[in-house]
Amino acid sequence: MSSAGMTIREVLEANGRLPVSAMTLRDDDDLYQNGLSSHASVNVMLGLENAFDVEFPDELLRRDTFKSVAAIEAALTTLGAHVQSDANG
Amino acid sequence: MDNTLDATKPGAEEFRTALLEAGLLVPASVRGAFHRSFAFDKIVRGIESFVSASWDQQRHQLMCAPLLDQSVLVKSDYVISFPNLIGVLTSFERPEKDLPKLIERVEAGGDWAELLSANGLALGGAACHHIYPTLAGSAVPDEGLFFEVQASCHRHEPSDDPARMQSFSMREFVFVGAEAGAVAHRERWLERGSDLLASLGLSVETVPANDPFFGRAGLLMGASQREKAAKFEVIAAITSPNPGAISSGNYHGDHFGKAFKISLASGDAAHSSCFAFGLERISLALLHRHGLDIATWPASVRSSLSLDD
Repeated sequence: MSSAGMTIREVLEANGRLPVSAMTLRDDDDLYQNGLSSHASVNVMLGLENAFDVEFPDELLRRDTFKSVAAIEAALTTLGAHVQSDANG
Repeated sequence: MDNTLDATKPGAEEFRTALLEAGLLVPASVRGAFHRSFAFDKIVRGIESFVSASWDQQRHQLMCAPLLDQSVLVKSDYVISFPNLIGVLTSFERPEKDLPKLIERVEAGGDWAELLSANGLALGGAACHHIYPTLAGSAVPDEGLFFEVQASCHRHEPSDDPARMQSFSMREFVFVGAEAGAVAHRERWLERGSDLLASLGLSVETVPANDPFFGRAGLLMGASQREKAAKFEVIAAITSPNPGAISSGNYHGDHFGKAFKISLASGDAAHSSCFAFGLERISLALLHRHGLDIATWPASVRSSLSLDD
């Protein structure tokens, strides 16, 4: 698991209110099907911004952006977040 | 959000002025609240009866108290989604020995309200929010329970535009039961509601809803609502040709079922849906469409709304 993948899962654990552990999810598992609510996705979004020191632009504030660990990592990459290094920094 | 009358609402200011000059609405002591004349009220009551008579489904009918327990705002997620729109009430709940402090503050023209504390009461923001607490902890049949409810509602969004009142009334047709019934209820009512409004001469269109969720997080919430096709609005010209929502149909999934522990026979959480008529907005849309002289409205509209009785 990449360090970004680990950080994303930690954010999901802390903010996602998922009925399952985010650590057990595969990169492409659908987070909404695994119980991520709209409200929790907002907390996840804010948690990711804090953890990776980025701000999601309006056009990325869509359901799809947060649908899986892989999708989140892809979005963070487009924002230039240091997803390959230690994002916990 | 800019709630003044602006260029996005051509003619809204003239229409507002005409409504006030005709005495149909009288501005209340706070911005965004209006007293309505008996003539305006007669339109509202006509719409209530008209939409009510259109449905022959056996149902519970309730005129709801406007107050909610504050906890309902949490369970409905309203406090997270629309923290800027909610209204909670406060009272002086300190010991009597603190009364001189209040008196002193009032007499000095200071901020006496800060000596008050939230008393657990909230103003309701939607009529159907009053129903779920009455079902809390109970089981409903799969075929569902049907409700027709009306409530005076509050949303804190001060505006000069009568199309955006802080105090308004909403009549809703609500279903609580199995998923298929909840989806069908919203679909049927979107069609029925839109047809009823069109039959009053309004040019209506049904579009995905665009609720004003709060802040940047709200963009995500709104996008999510649209992508899930959870809520639709029936829009029409209200105080300006630029249309706004006069009704909406909302499928909540099992959100309220889970939050209020309303279950089906299987033990699963019940699903719910609702269709709401915004009574003041529909009244304004009719005045905008047919003119401020109600006596000259088309005979069919006057008849549908029992305006000649």
